[in-house]
Amino acid sequence: MLELDRVSVSYDGVPAVTAASLRLPEAQVLAVLGPSGCGKSTLLRAVAGLEPLAGGRVLVDGADLAGVPTHRRGCALMFQDGQLFGHLTVAGNVGYALRLRRTPARDVARRVDELLALVDLAGYAERLPGTLSGGERQRVALARALAVDPRVLLLDEPLSALDATLREHLAGELRRILRRAGTTAVLVTHDHEEAFAVADRMAVMRSGRVVQEGPIGEVWQHPADAETALFLGYARVLRGPAAAVVARAAGLAATPALAVRRSSLVVSPVGRLPGVVESARATPEQVRLVVRLEEVGEVDAVAPTGAHAAPGDVVHLTVDPHRLAALPES
Amino acid sequence: MTAWPARRPRPGPHRTALLGCAVLSVALAGCSLLGEDGSPDASGGTDTVVLVTHDSFALPQQLLREFESQTGDRLRVLASGDAGALTNKLVLTRDDPVGDVAFGVDNTFASRALDAGVFATAAVDLPPGAAAYALPDGTDRLVPVDTGDVCVNIDTGWFADRDLAPPATLDDLVRPAYRDLLVTPGASTSSPGLAFLLSTIAEYGDRWPDYWAELMDNGAALTAGWSDAYYVDFTQGGQDGTRPIVVSYDSSPAFTVGDDGRSTTRALLDTCFRQVEYAGVLAGAANPEAARDLVQFLLSPQVQAALPESMYVFPVRSGVDLPASWARFAPRPTAPYTLDPADISAHRDEWLTTWTEVTTR
Amino acid sequence: MTRRLAALALLAAVPLAVLGVFFVLPVSGMLAQGLWVDGHVDLRGVLEVLARPRVHRVVWFTVWSAAAGTLCALLLGLPAAYTLYRLSFPGARLLRAAMLVPFVLPTVVVGVAFRQLLGRGGPLGPLGLDGTPVAIIAALAFFNVAVVVRAVGTAWESLDPRPAEAAAALGATPAQVLWTVTLPALRPALVAAASVVFLFCATAFGVVLTLGGLRYATVETEIYLLTTNLLDLQAAAVLSLVQLGVVVGLLLVGQRLRSVPDPTQHRVVARPRRPRRGDVPALVATGLLLVLVGAPLLTLVTGSLHREGAWGLGNYTALGRPDAAGTTATGALVTSLRTAVDATWMALACGLLVAAVATRRSRSRTERRVRSTLDGLFMLPLGVSAVTLGFGFLITLDHPPLDLRESPLLVPVAQALVALPLVVRTLTPVLGGIDDRQRQAAASLGASPWRVLVTVDLPVLWKPLLAAAGFALAVSLGEFGATSFLVREDRPTLPVAIYRLLGHPGTTNYGTALAASVLLAGTTVVVMLAVERLRVPSVGAM
Repeated sequence: MLELDRVSVSYDGVPAVTAASLRLPEAQVLAVLGPSGCGKSTLLRAVAGLEPLAGGRVLVDGADLAGVPTHRRGCALMFQDGQLFGHLTVAGNVGYALRLRRTPARDVARRVDELLALVDLAGYAERLPGTLSGGERQRVALARALAVDPRVLLLDEPLSALDATLREHLAGELRRILRRAGTTAVLVTHDHEEAFAVADRMAVMRSGRVVQEGPIGEVWQHPADAETALFLGYARVLRGPAAAVVARAAGLAATPALAVRRSSLVVSPVGRLPGVVESARATPEQVRLVVRLEEVGEVDAVAPTGAHAAPGDVVHLTVDPHRLAALPES
Repeated sequence: MTAWPARRPRPGPHRTALLGCAVLSVALAGCSLLGEDGSPDASGGTDTVVLVTHDSFALPQQLLREFESQTGDRLRVLASGDAGALTNKLVLTRDDPVGDVAFGVDNTFASRALDAGVFATAAVDLPPGAAAYALPDGTDRLVPVDTGDVCVNIDTGWFADRDLAPPATLDDLVRPAYRDLLVTPGASTSSPGLAFLLSTIAEYGDRWPDYWAELMDNGAALTAGWSDAYYVDFTQGGQDGTRPIVVSYDSSPAFTVGDDGRSTTRALLDTCFRQVEYAGVLAGAANPEAARDLVQFLLSPQVQAALPESMYVFPVRSGVDLPASWARFAPRPTAPYTLDPADISAHRDEWLTTWTEVTTR
Repeated sequence: MTRRLAALALLAAVPLAVLGVFFVLPVSGMLAQGLWVDGHVDLRGVLEVLARPRVHRVVWFTVWSAAAGTLCALLLGLPAAYTLYRLSFPGARLLRAAMLVPFVLPTVVVGVAFRQLLGRGGPLGPLGLDGTPVAIIAALAFFNVAVVVRAVGTAWESLDPRPAEAAAALGATPAQVLWTVTLPALRPALVAAASVVFLFCATAFGVVLTLGGLRYATVETEIYLLTTNLLDLQAAAVLSLVQLGVVVGLLLVGQRLRSVPDPTQHRVVARPRRPRRGDVPALVATGLLLVLVGAPLLTLVTGSLHREGAWGLGNYTALGRPDAAGTTATGALVTSLRTAVDATWMALACGLLVAAVATRRSRSRTERRVRSTLDGLFMLPLGVSAVTLGFGFLITLDHPPLDLRESPLLVPVAQALVALPLVVRTLTPVLGGIDDRQRQAAASLGASPWRVLVTVDLPVLWKPLLAAAGFALAVSLGEFGATSFLVREDRPTLPVAIYRLLGHPGTTNYGTALAASVLLAGTTVVVMLAVERLRVPSVGAM
């Protein structure tokens, strides 16, 4: 159980994290999501003991970590670019923490093999980090961190240095590996897809503050405010009369603001919202449109591939209520 | 998974590093000067006598050991810098001297040291002949130990080859016949250079700047140090020099003896300035008794006899045998130039400033 | 925060104490002797000294000769840096090591060698350069070109070749590429090298004294003269202050112009290639430089093989023969090596601490400023006259608990101070180049600070550390100034022994001095070759 109680960190008197409070139960993964510069990495470093707290407490299993140096916290930290030790082999890197604990060489070798198998890198033991691809390096870094058997595993944008396909693939694997190892982990990322793929819980940070925290589905469905919604992948936030029109069309109660995903408005002959196509762009899976709706204004929408929707055409849109989020007035 | 050629990792680099550092430290510990004999803890006792001197000090080890066994005192020699640096060092540290005895203050610096109260009176018996070199004032504190004359030297063969009569006096040096032939170390940077300046001052009095102006007009070359003038510019320096007249010492001809058993150079005995080096017990010496013994020892026949071979200077003690080549090729001037050390001390700055102006005009 | 600053202070305490005791205290002691008259600062006297025409002349000559020397060293060093570090040809490594020999040769010897070359009877005599500023500037360039070659060469070697390739692809001629892409990229190294060379030139002592005839004096030679000959401590102190002021100013400018390389940036390093036709100008220029560096050295070697009118190894066999005082040149070499070992461990220990303190990540602006000031502080010993330091030791380190002036370690300490800037400059970029997150990763994996040091820093640092050791050894081997002004046991180091040999009449002494110089140069080459084998960008990061 990791607990952050009104944690504040500042650089040179400028606050980087302000009164952040979080709770993370055993064996769960928390994604801390936010734009760059929001203080999420700082928060992670504060948990690791790399930044001094300006206020608040960090507790693991109820014990305050104040004054405990990084190397005694049991919080393994994995960086965006792995930070493998270039002078050590893959096995040397993975077994690093074990050797620090004077584990017998045979046990180290066995555990290293297990961990390499876990991250799908069996047979890489004798390679040097310089010869590995980016994805392989991150997996070695993950194995190295897991070798600590950390009380909390801290992942600082572990996948963002990788290309899109690899990222997607590794995100799935990361979830599998963390599940299987039963690790409590905090994942910092700016990519909501990555957060969805890996985490159980999510905290959204902005300007040094935690603006929302909860189970991942809940946060996704009920963003705390418009900015959060946009950051979580909602395409637009409609306000006032526009929000009311779309909510009504979706069969929802009227709301002061409504976050709309692109895929929630679909061109359909039975659609109840008429509008004029402003622009259209075909993708392999669907046609992406910008449609001007009466009383609402411009919205994003999709049409099935093959549907005829050219600029100037009049189309009708249906609304999927599960892809909308009602927002409180901000 | 790609099949990479498995590269052998280097053998545990940090182990190598640790080993390297360990080896290095051991090597360091083995070579260090720490824990040497003569570290300061050994100097605290009163049975050690410390001699402060200049870089050119050299005496056979055997003699120094003889002193130790005679007196039972341990002798430490601290050497650095030239005579000027030594004197000024002594003046700066007069309240807390570095040692017990100083050797190497010469007659151009003696007054400064005496005026600053660097030396204490010590009852030293002057050996026969030494009185001739004693300071006019302050001989109760500084006793002469060695002497030598700075003289103009010439390459005799060079002049013979050209049927040119060699110069003999300071006056000759400004004659057109000897244009571009003289090289001298500078007075401000070298002690023989200063001695040469002093001989011109002794000869010409207040008109010496005019003489130097003429000398420079006649193509005299200046170098910073003696070695520079002698080895690089002098025709008998062994290095293809081009000037057959050089300011050097009266003993220099003893070092240019050729295969035919004759010296190729000669000192002009009418151009010489007498240098005397003194020793004395430092005021505030930790061990004044032993210090006095040491000064006395420097005047002993053994040390006096060793001076020519060790430090290339003449003994002040009469009746000491000189090396054969010295006796034969290094006759001493009978009436060298001298100046009162007090006079030198009072005017040194002014003379050097004027000299620098005249020569770098 | 306070704990961090406390830890910083603790780490910095040792080197600061060393600097305080062995530099600040002696130097301020000497300055006080000159400036403090009857219980107050004698401002009138200071102004009076500053108004002397000779002081103006000396300061002006120092500045312009150092600037000219720096410029020459840069112009000569650049093509050589390219040739020796970007091209591959047999013997390149040996040449790189040989380039450093002048830098560590005793100035007395070099001065004499230069005069033999330029004097009326020498091979370059007809040029009439003897005793002119040209000779001084040539000698300054001779001494310092190594710094340029090394500093710029190592930077050039690790320069990413892709921007230059991109420029060429956009139609830039090789000259345009050099002017618009390569030189700007080398600017930090150029500026750093230039400022250090200027510093070395402006504080040069022996060469100026020997080659300047007496016509030309620099601040450094003037301080020597005023202190040892005229005992005009006031003028000496004023000149020392002027010198310190110039040095501090230069360091500030250098620091501003020195950009910090981004350690996270991934660089492509070009492999050295075989020379092509386009490299001919660089090769020719390098050849010229080799002649400039080689000629005085050659004079030295041929001189050493000449004894009493005949060729032979007589001068070398004489190295083992004791002089009147029982000193042999080989014995002096042993003394030199032992002194150098002590100087080296001192410089390394201090340099390591300074580099560690200076490169640790700062949490606040104040902390950053403190760290960079500390870094610059240890460059200061370069800017103070050896005679000031030597005399300062005598008058300040004479009371318990600092009764050190007779300690056998005083000479190594003084040499360590001279070597320290080089050590710091070698280690700082390496330590600074280690991504701090490597240490954090190790700590988060459970490594204690000590283990972090051993497992993260040391593997990267040990080669540069050995290289720095080589530099310190070489500097200490050649050091003459401070050594000769310090009180020490009568056991001379090799440069002092050479000086002594030169000071005695007899051409055999002279030949032996030359042979001893060759021995010293040889030892230096061996040390530098060993360093070179480690392939560490070294003086580079100045």
